Order: sequence, then C-alpha cells, then structure tokens
Amino acid sequence: MSSLAHTAYPEEKLQEVAKLTLCRESQVSTLLSIFGERQHLSFPSIFIYGHTGTGKTYILQTVLSTLELPCAFINCVECFTPRLLFEQILNHLHHHHPAPENEFSSKERCDTFNDFVRLYNRGMSELSLQETFYIVLDKAELLREMDANLLPGFLRLQELTESNVTVIFLTEIVWETFRPNTGCFEPLTLYFPDYSKVELQKILSSEFPVKYSAEFYASYINILLGVFYTVCRDIKELRHLAALNFPKFCEPVIKGEAKESDSHKLWKNIEPHLKRAMQTVYLREISSSQWERIQQEDREASHLKGLSAHAHVELPYYSKFLLIAAYLASFNPARTDKRFFLKHHGKIKKTDFLKKHEKTSNHLLGPKPFPLDRLLAILYSIVDSRVAPTANIFSQISSLVTLQLLTLVGHDDQLEGPKYKCTVSLDFIRAVARTVNFDIVRYLYDFL
Amino acid sequence: MFYELRIMTTSSVSKGCFVFKPSTKKKKTSLTVADYFNEGLKDSEDGKKRFESCQLLWQQMKSQTEQLQEELNKRLFENLIGFLRKSHADFHDKKDDWSCRMRASEIPTAALVLGVNVTDHDLTFNSLADILHETITPYVVLLQSKECPGIKQLLQKLLIQLMGNTADIELDEEEEQVTISQRKMNCSLASLSGWYKRATKKPASPKKKRSSTSTHWESPPVVVIFKDLESFTASVLQEFIVISSGYVQELPLVLVFGIATSPMIIHRLLSHSVSSRLCIELFQSMSCTEHLATVVDQLLLTNHFPFKLSGRALQVLITIFLYHDFSVQNFIKGLQLSVVEHFYTQPLSVLCCSLPESRKRIKNLSHAQCENIRHLSSFMSYVESQTPENQVKLLTNDSFLKEMTQEFLERLTSYHENFTPILRCLHHFTCILPKYPLGKQVRELYCACLEKKVWETEDYNSALLLLRMLAKDEIVTTLQKCVAVLTPYSEKELGHTLEKLEEFLIHFQSLEENTLNGEDEDTSPQKALQKKTDLYQLQKKLLEMKETRRAKKLTKFEMLRQDVVDFIDCIVREYLVPPEMLPLHEVVYFSAASTLRRHLNAAPRVALHTALNNPASYLKTLENEAGSVSNVAPDICIAYKLHLECGRLINLYDWLEAFSTVVHAGEGSDSDSAQQVDEVTHARFIRAVSELELLGFVKPTKQKTDHVARLTWGGC
Ligand SMILES: Nc1ncnc2c1ncn2[C@@H]1O[C@H](COP(=O)(O)OP(=O)(O)OP(=O)(O)O)[C@@H](O)[C@H]1O
Ligand SMILES: [Mg+2]
Repeated sequence: MSSLAHTAYPEEKLQEVAKLTLCRESQVSTLLSIFGERQHLSFPSIFIYGHTGTGKTYILQTVLSTLELPCAFINCVECFTPRLLFEQILNHLHHHHPAPENEFSSKERCDTFNDFVRLYNRGMSELSLQETFYIVLDKAELLREMDANLLPGFLRLQELTESNVTVIFLTEIVWETFRPNTGCFEPLTLYFPDYSKVELQKILSSEFPVKYSAEFYASYINILLGVFYTVCRDIKELRHLAALNFPKFCEPVIKGEAKESDSHKLWKNIEPHLKRAMQTVYLREISSSQWERIQQEDREASHLKGLSAHAHVELPYYSKFLLIAAYLASFNPARTDKRFFLKHHGKIKKTDFLKKHEKTSNHLLGPKPFPLDRLLAILYSIVDSRVAPTANIFSQISSLVTLQLLTLVGHDDQLEGPKYKCTVSLDFIRAVARTVNFDIVRYLYDFL
Repeated sequence: MFYELRIMTTSSVSKGCFVFKPSTKKKKTSLTVADYFNEGLKDSEDGKKRFESCQLLWQQMKSQTEQLQEELNKRLFENLIGFLRKSHADFHDKKDDWSCRMRASEIPTAALVLGVNVTDHDLTFNSLADILHETITPYVVLLQSKECPGIKQLLQKLLIQLMGNTADIELDEEEEQVTISQRKMNCSLASLSGWYKRATKKPASPKKKRSSTSTHWESPPVVVIFKDLESFTASVLQEFIVISSGYVQELPLVLVFGIATSPMIIHRLLSHSVSSRLCIELFQSMSCTEHLATVVDQLLLTNHFPFKLSGRALQVLITIFLYHDFSVQNFIKGLQLSVVEHFYTQPLSVLCCSLPESRKRIKNLSHAQCENIRHLSSFMSYVESQTPENQVKLLTNDSFLKEMTQEFLERLTSYHENFTPILRCLHHFTCILPKYPLGKQVRELYCACLEKKVWETEDYNSALLLLRMLAKDEIVTTLQKCVAVLTPYSEKELGHTLEKLEEFLIHFQSLEENTLNGEDEDTSPQKALQKKTDLYQLQKKLLEMKETRRAKKLTKFEMLRQDVVDFIDCIVREYLVPPEMLPLHEVVYFSAASTLRRHLNAAPRVALHTALNNPASYLKTLENEAGSVSNVAPDICIAYKLHLECGRLINLYDWLEAFSTVVHAGEGSDSDSAQQVDEVTHARFIRAVSELELLGFVKPTKQKTDHVARLTWGGC
C-alpha cells in the first residue's frame, strides 16, 4: 500500500498495519509522518479526538504494537489518582509488572509531577533509550478533574524532561474544552471522524466467522445495518448485536430450508427478529444472555418482562402518603396549599387561575425544594386518621431519602430545617396514589 | 428532654473513663443479664425462674424464626446460585469462540430486588454470603455505600476483603505470602487480577485437599455484592464498572446489586454506555407482606410456644409493620420485647411454660403468688360465677386454688389446641368471599377473634350471609381444605368436627349423583315456559314462577349449604371464644399494648413538648404547679412557654422582659417590674435561649439582628 509508504519502518510491518486498520488510512499515515523515524524527535504532544467507537484506542494500539514502538498505554479511568498515573507510566517504562512477587507494588513511589519528571529522567538514562517513547493517555478528559498542573505538564513533557518523548491524548471531546484559561502549550490535534455506513459495513464484515463465507456474513451485516444504523452507530454495540443475532440468521441454512444465497428468505427470517432486538436487548431491557436463551428456546420475547416492567415499588402505608405529600409540596406552589388543604378555604380567588396560564407548567420546571414542616402539614391533611409525629414517621422520611425517592437539598445544617425534593415521576406517584385511593391529580396545581 | 440530653453526655463521658479505670469497668461487666432482669423487678416472686423461662422461650422462638428465614430465602438463593454457576461458564470453555470474541465482554450482574425493608437486608446478605462461600466461591465481597464514597475507597475495600480471605484458606503454608502489605500495594484491578491468577493456580497442586475448596471450581467467580445500590454514588459505580469491564477476560467478576426499590434505579444510576457493559438478570425476593404472613403463621398461630400476644398487642406490632417500616426484623424485635416485658412485669408468668413443667411450678407457688392469682381480673370474674362455698374455698384455701389453677391451665392449653385449627378453617371459608369482610389474611381474622366475640361483629354476619350464597364447587373445595386442616386432630376433641365435615362432603357427593340421575325436577317450569307462546300467558307464567321460587321449598343443595354454614357458625361460637373469657389467661397473654407502642413507636416531639410545656409531668417536685407559667419551673421551660405565644420572629428584648417578670413574679414587689433586669436574670435568660437554640426551636436571623426566628409551628 503506497499510502503508508514510509522509509523508517519495514514494508511488511506497514502492510500489516494497513490490513488491520481499515478505513483509517489517512489518519494512520498522518500519525506515522508525525512520528518520524524511531530516533527522531517527534512532536511533543498530540491530541486525538472523535466519537466513541471511532477506533482511537484501537488504531493507536495497533500502530504502536505492530511497529513495536516503546510506549506506555494508560487508561485514565483506571488511574484515578495522579500517583497511580505516574507510577503506571514508570512501570511501563521499566517493563515492571505489579505481581505477587513484588507485593503488587510499583517500581517506584511517585507522588508529584516534579518527582515524576525526575524519576522519568533517571529511568531514561538508566535504560539509555534512544528511540521516541510514547505515552498514550486514553480517556484524557479525566485529566481535567485531576490536579491543575497535570495537563499542562504532560503537554510539554518533552521540554521538561529534555528527552525524546511524545504524549498522545485520546478523548471524545474537543481540545477547546481542555485548554486551561492560563494558556498552555498547544498540541497537534487530529480528528477521527465517524464511520460512514459503507465504512461500518466494511469493518464489520471483515470479521466473519470461519464456518461461513465472507459474502454470507456481509449480507447479514447489510441487513443489520439497515435496521440499526438509524439508532446506533457505535461499532462496538453493532458488533455485539451482530454476534448475538447471527445464530438466528443462520438457522434456515442449518435446517436446510434455505441456501446461503437465498437472500430474500434469509432477510424475511431475520428482519422482525432484529426489530424486536432493537426494543429489548439494545435498550438493555433484557440482558444478552436472556436474549440468547429466548433465541435458543424459540420463544416469543414478550414472555420475558423487561426491567422497566418492574417499576412498581411496595411501600408502607404512611411512606406512601409521605411520598404523595412530598410530591405535592414539590410541584405545587406553596401559596396554593391553602386552597388544596384547608377544609373551608372560602372562595378561590380567580387571580390564582389567571396567573396560572401565564406560567409554564411546574412539571416542566422540575421539583422544587420544600421544608420539612410543609411536608408534615400536607401529610396531616391528606391522611384520614390522625398521625402522631412519631420517631417512625421521621425515620420513614430518611428512608425515603436513602431509597432516592426524596433527596435532601442543602444538608449543611440539620437543625436549620432541612429541605427536600421529591424525585419520582408523575406516573410513579399516580400508581402509588391509586393503591391508597387518593386522587392525586385533583390536588395538583398543574392539572386544575 | 434537655436534662436527659445532659445525662446522656455525662454517661458517654464516663464511658470514656472506663478505659482508664479497670475497677469500675469490672463492676459494670460483672452484672449479668439475669441481674439486670431481677434488679428492676417490682414483684420479685420467682424472679429466677421467670428469667430462665424467658430466656428459654426466646431461644426457641428465635431459632424458629431463623429456620423460617432460611426456608424463605432458599428459592431465591437457589436461583441466584444457578445464575452464578452459568454466568462464567464461558470463562472456562469457549474463550476463543468467534461469537465470544465479537460480543462485548459484559459483566454478569444479578439485580436482587429485596423490597424497601432495608433493615432486613443485612441478614439476607449475610446468609447469601455464607451460602456462596459454601457452594460457589471463596471470593465474596460485601460493599456498603457508606464505606465507598469514592472509587479509591471502593477498590481498597474490595482488595482488602478479597486478599484477607485467602489468608484463611492458605493458613497452613507459606505464611510470608499471606501478609500483603496494604500500604505498598496498588489498589487497582490490575493487582487484583494478578492476585487472582495466582490464588486460583494454587489449589491445583495436589498437596491441597480441603473439603471447602474442593466444591469450588478451578476458577471460582469473584462475587461483589453492592448491598444498597440506591445509596451508591452514580459516578463511583460507573467508574468501577468501566474499569472492571476491562478485566473480565482475566477476572471472572460477578456483580450483585441489592435493590430496595425497583430495577429502574439501574437505568437511573448508570448511563447507557455503562449499563451496556452489564448483563443484568433480575431476581425478586418474596414480598415482605408475604414474609410477615408466614412469620405470623409459623410463630404465632402454632402451639409450640406457651406465650401468646393479645389482640391489641399484636395489632400494635402489625400496625408498625404495615404503616411504618415493612420490616420483619423489627416485628420480631417487637415480639421479643413483648416476651421480655411479659416475664418482667407479670409475676404469674412463671407459669407460662409447658404443661408438665407448670404442674411442678404450681406446687411450689408461694402464698404471695396465690394472692396474685386471686387479684387477676379473669379469676375474680370466675369466682363471681361460682357458688358461695366454692367462692370461699377459692379465696382462702391455697391448695384448692392450686388445684383449680392446674385445671385452668389445662383448659387454656386445650382451648389453644382447638382455637388455631378452627381459626384456619374459618379463614378458608372467609378468604374466598368477595371483598373479604373478615380480612384477606389469616392474621386479620386472628386479631378479630382475639379482641372480641367475632360472631357478634357485623363483618362476621355479612360474611355468613355471603357464605350462604356460595356455589357448590367452592363449598366442596373449601370443605376439603378444612378436612385437611383438621386431619391431624382426629384423635382429639376436634375429632367429631372432622367427622361432621367429612359427612357433609359425602352428602355433597351423593347430591351430585342424584342430580345426574333425575334432572327433570328442576327444569320442568322452564319446559312449560317454552310451550306458551301467548304474551299474556307468558307474563302470567313468569310472575307465577317468581312467586313459587320464593316460596318454593329449598333444593337439596341449598339445604345442605344451609346446614354447613350453620355448623360453621356453631363451631365458631364454640371454639373461637376470645381468650379474655378464660380464667387465668393473663398468665400466657401479653396485653400491655400501650407499653409496646411507647417503646416501639416513640414520639420525640411530643415528649419534648410535654417536658418543656409541662415540666411537672417529669419533675415530681413541681406536681402541684401544673397549668400556668410558674417561676419555679426550670428556666428553659419558662422561656419555651413564653416563646409559644410569639409569631415567627421573636423580639429578644420583649422576651427577656417577659421572662424577668415571670421569674420575679413570686417576689410580689410590682414596682420593680419596670426596673432594669438584673444581671443574673439576664444570664439565666441567655442560657435558656441558647438551650432552646441547641434543641432547634429558635435560631438567629439575619432579617433583624435583635430578633430570633421560631423554627417550629404549633404545639409539637
Ligand atoms: N478501522 C478499524 N478497523 C478495524 N476495527 C476497528 C476499526 N475501528 C474500530 N474498530 C473496532 O472497534 C472497536 C472500538 O474501537 P475503539 O475502542 O478504538 O474506539 P474508541 O474511539 O477508543 O472509543 P472510546 O472513545 O469509547 O474509547 C475496536 O475494538 C475495534 O475492534
Ligand atoms: Mg477508547
């Protein structure tokens, strides 16, 4: 392949890279030209971005490992502290692996960036490494939440260590959101665009199972993309779905009802199945292993209820009313409480209703915080029997908070009247209210 | 309340001292539970025996509940274990399979929906962990949200629990490997997977032969249980899942989510990109109301234990369960409290034991205890119904009383023996009625029967009416169920009830055969109807038919049905008498419902308000001073009472003046009142106000500097 022709690397290695990295010829060749020859000083920092599943991790890994370039490939999710990050890089540099023999410890302890630069330099001189060392920081967006000096430091690591090192950042977001407002060294940015449908087809079809022909699998991928391309372009997800549903596609062929070339018959068999998959497995309503079981047993998917079919929550009697009261307090303006809960509220002012039309629905604005006393006042007026303010009632409120049905707002001072918000949905609260024969809609300002 | 608070702090201070003063500590610990029990007894008759029976009884009840719990969880656990077994089946064999390579590597996850009774979950998780330990894997980790505020702490907890575990397993050899210094180690999944590789390689060596490890596989899964998923921070969870999904190939991780609400929470906590890394399967435990029903059924509706709850007490426990917490653990705690209270407060509880044992104990009853018996209200009403000479004997002759006591206890035992089966029979009938006039659950019926004569209630009568309209097959199946309930009692008093029911069944059967033979009797009027075609005739005939039907003799089936219902009514009246009607029921029935309520459903706000508003209710020296604000009450009470009369904002100076007036009210000289407040009063006032602030009644406000804001409304 001429596009990857490069004097610095052996021809067969380059060919292997080209074979493995489909549809990314231009990005790979740009990278290789930036890298230059093994000993040459490369650009200090490269910033690569693109949506998820555009092959950033994969391409970098393939290129670095096939060409056997010395590198440290770090996932920033895993290194949640700077120390872990530094030590991992140093471990890679020294080919040190945490293992039982060394009590899972790192090569060297390293807490600060300053130490890191020092230890890195020492390591370089010990190993007398001449070639460029590549440090790849995957999921680099997490660096922004770590110490402030980390990102600027890594951007100019070459300068700080005065050695042949290149730092590559991989992320899903653009460089502008990274740049600190104090200014910093500008990296070279490289964009990995989304794959087009054709490219997806090409990449996905390249990994066909050995038992079947490439054309057969390609036709399957074609049908799959036809169904899913509108909702999902993530290559990993697509590949997962392809693998899950492939046995169903092959079924007529195995049974001898169709030949591999009977594309129409195969399509008729698989298409409804895939559509069903879109509503269930794809949304993780049903897990992939359950889906496979359904497929094997040839049942209808409708027999198995998805996760959202189990939305019902059983609650103690007063907890239900507490939740209802909290919902009312969250979505009704406090000034309307009189109208809803006072037995003899007299005449309802018309202005209340006029005001209503000018404003947006409270349900669109989301729940508002309310104080504990208001919650209890509403509770007392909606429960038929007398409720004593017992310890149990109060602990029920905090249970509702731990169950995430209520949230505590601004909990800095417990004495100073805590405030809560109700976080459940209208559907949920209506289901709860129905079980205690409470017509909640009649008490909601938005539905007057 | 404030005084209580002070006492509490001093006690905690003294606790701190115990560490340095071993002598006082010793004194404390030397008091046994029994001593505590006896120390506080008002009526110390047979204190030791009562304590022993109490301990014994509770031991039995406790082991019964534990057994119950185990059985209830059994099915759930079996399903879970099945899931765990197959979840990493591919970890063992089809690693290089094409479809395996193509599929995203998902972490098998069990969503365990346990219900909102969070207090019960601990027990479930602990037994789950034990079972997993025994059957599947030595690597089980329990994580709680409050221990894991960040990903770092979570991983630390995970690694420490896992690596600590192997310390037990590999105790015998190579001890130097066991102690991995936590400080040096990197708490990362990389370390974990390295450790796992090594830990699982070991048992392959033939030297090791351990019964516990032999049931595990070569590479047992690592089970991580998130006890309270709702309380975990979303970001921590997401990070953990993202990190660990990178290691599934090397580390067979399985997650278990303990969910209290609904599985929807998973989608709320985790974004799609994260939840797509999980392979979630749902497991649901038995609902807690069903759980309670079984507990009531197996623990209270049996005659294994001499102790009984009165209707009122049971109602308190059930109300707390249904209205407040849904917690079976708390219900059992309440039951324990009732047991202890019963033995603690009722001197005659010494007789609350098995019948043979009580026989011995009756013999040894002291004279004082006999007097206690004579003071029981149930005994007194029994005495009233006796002949005069019998009355004298009962009231004066101890040995005669003992004889009678023996008889009463025997009567109580046989009463219980008949009560439960008949109750169950009645329940079988009432639970098929529309709208359940006597309750859907057997416990509701039980409460009703305990409290009063059930046959006098309206609900019962409406239930009987409905029973008289049951269809034949319903009656027959219910009768069969009742027969099954009564079969074990065929040798006892209930034997002839059983015979009678069986007789009814035979009648119904023969009825069926009869109707098969001669159907004409019933259908004849209809046939006649078909012949008439004239409209007038038809109307006339219809009217006639209506009348005849009303007056007509009941069919055989209807008569039989009538008989069955009458019979049921009859046995209910005979056997389901409320326990209060029986002499000496106080010995086995615990009825202090108000004590239970006070202990289990405390009202702190009310208590605080009473203490401050009416200190006399706690401080006996103030007793005659009730009512208006008095100057001898503690300062905080005076300040509190005055503040009740204010609005949302309280002017401090006005408050102070009012306070001073009240404090000096007794001194008489009203000319002083206009004078400056003296320093001591001022200081007392400031202290009172700051105490109120500490208790959360007032707080300083920025709106007006010389004002404080009230934080409570109304009385309590
Ligand atoms: N050009 C390609 N040729 C072959 N396979 C590809 C290519 N691009 C992506 N893939 C496949 O898609 C998978 C996902 O790609 P990768 O993990 O590199 O995406 P990513 O951009 O790093 O996503 P994220 O931002 O979520 O980390 C890879 O495992 C790889 O197998
Ligand atoms: Mg990536």
